[in-house]
Amino acid sequence: MRLPSPGAARRHCTAQDTRRFVDILIQQIINGLVLGSIYALVALGYTMVYGILGLINFAHGEVVMIGALSALTAIGLLVPSGLPGPVVVLAGLLIAIPVCMAVGFTIERIAYRPLRNAPRLAPLITAIGVSIVLQQLAMMGWGRNYHTFPALLPVTAHKIGGAAITDLQIIIVLTAALLMAALVWLVTRTRLGRAMRASAENPAVARLMGVDVDRVISFTFVLGSGLAAVAGVMVAANYSIAHYAMGFMLGLKAFTAAVLGGIGNLGGAMLGGLLLGIIESLAAGYIGDLTGGFLGSHYKDVFAFFVLILVLVFRPSGLMGEKVAERA
Amino acid sequence: MLEVRGLEVHYGGICAVRGVDLDVAAGEKVALIGANGAGKTSTLKAIARMLPARGSVKLEGEAIEHAPPHTLVRKGFALVPEGRGVFARLSVLENLEMGAYVRDDKAAIEADIERVFGLLPRLKERAGQTAGTLSGGEQQMVAIGRALMSRPRLLLLDEPSMGLSPIMVDTVFDVIRQVVQDGVTLLLVEQNARLALSLCDRGCVMDGGEITLTAPATELLDNPAVRAAYLGE
Repeated sequence: MRLPSPGAARRHCTAQDTRRFVDILIQQIINGLVLGSIYALVALGYTMVYGILGLINFAHGEVVMIGALSALTAIGLLVPSGLPGPVVVLAGLLIAIPVCMAVGFTIERIAYRPLRNAPRLAPLITAIGVSIVLQQLAMMGWGRNYHTFPALLPVTAHKIGGAAITDLQIIIVLTAALLMAALVWLVTRTRLGRAMRASAENPAVARLMGVDVDRVISFTFVLGSGLAAVAGVMVAANYSIAHYAMGFMLGLKAFTAAVLGGIGNLGGAMLGGLLLGIIESLAAGYIGDLTGGFLGSHYKDVFAFFVLILVLVFRPSGLMGEKVAERA
Repeated sequence: MLEVRGLEVHYGGICAVRGVDLDVAAGEKVALIGANGAGKTSTLKAIARMLPARGSVKLEGEAIEHAPPHTLVRKGFALVPEGRGVFARLSVLENLEMGAYVRDDKAAIEADIERVFGLLPRLKERAGQTAGTLSGGEQQMVAIGRALMSRPRLLLLDEPSMGLSPIMVDTVFDVIRQVVQDGVTLLLVEQNARLALSLCDRGCVMDGGEITLTAPATELLDNPAVRAAYLGE
């Protein structure tokens, strides 16, 4: 009997390591795509409002949270009806969307419109204020506890090599892709989309053409909030939980995604969202190995903001952004 | 057609337009001439409700000084703003479509786009190009074509020659001349007094925020004071 030589053992070990590395890589890219699709939907809300008003709506993350929690409330009421799981979730989504749209519309009306001609710092501070108000209202309404998302959606895992993708993840990515395609169609191909682009570029002249710019701005908020509602339900379903403070970090990351892609640019928000999701996911997968176990995957949030700092320092206009002129 | 009474515009403490009275009859072509800073553009912007102003403005007898700015185009009013104001990121075709924003007669809009292209063949060649990539003269044509798309009865043009080369100025004015042949009422603000007066029936000279002289265009062209001050003679 001969013992395997030490060299053979090492080769064997290396092959296994490589396979493990590749499996983790694929898995983290899948997770990153899912996360990135959600970031992209939220980032679109930031970027559309910025494009038309030059305002960073820091309350947007809270709209996502309200979407998640109002959907969960509706779902909680519908579960005893015995309807099939996906139908219940869809119903929750269909309730969350108009709720968020109403919230977005109201925020613009009462918090931003009165400040339309104020110095730009004023609406920015107001946005942070609105964010705090919404968060506190949600805490009063929904409590401080975590709400769990009931297991209503199929989570059958499909194998891709050593990695897996669930039905839920597939639904999230496809829904996000569909919504983004619809949004691009709306903005580039319709009369309303043309009015949005014209108002973003020159509101005074758009008015001369007969565009009711205030209505276009309202519509932009409503549209972004509708996407936020969908993103909120996706986050809740993906992580199986939701709570009143979930919008804060998510909002900041989606804002980072919008900046990474080039704020004001729709394609940029989508690209930035997906990239940030993948970066974060890969970081979470490898940070332990990279630091010899010193930092765990819960440090993944650091990477999003590391990306934000790098972009702001080296390419403030983002990957797809044009040079952004300071607005008066 | 247009009746302006006691129009006043203030920028902070500065009074840019002081009590302007102005009448433009239907089908008439009126030039508002004067030096830089005389208040011509402010007058036009105030009429178009792009600036807060005091005084009354009537369009075909209807008071418009309190109408929201975006409703004016429906009343048959189109302004080509100073500096053209084309939507630089929209294509030439989309800019024209924006001009027809308040209309929903699709077939007629298509026909009008063809009409504008017939009038301004250069635009047809560049229909798919973003307007921001066009030359200044071409952008001015986009702005004029866009204004025509609303089928205005009253056309306000603000400094169409600004920033253009002399050859381009001639081309643009040829276009304007063709446009007004159809009987559209014109109020033209222009620093190039000679060109403006050669195109219009009547001229109003503005100075220090006031209209100091109103007379038929031919008369103004012969007026020694006007010749000295605004025609460079």
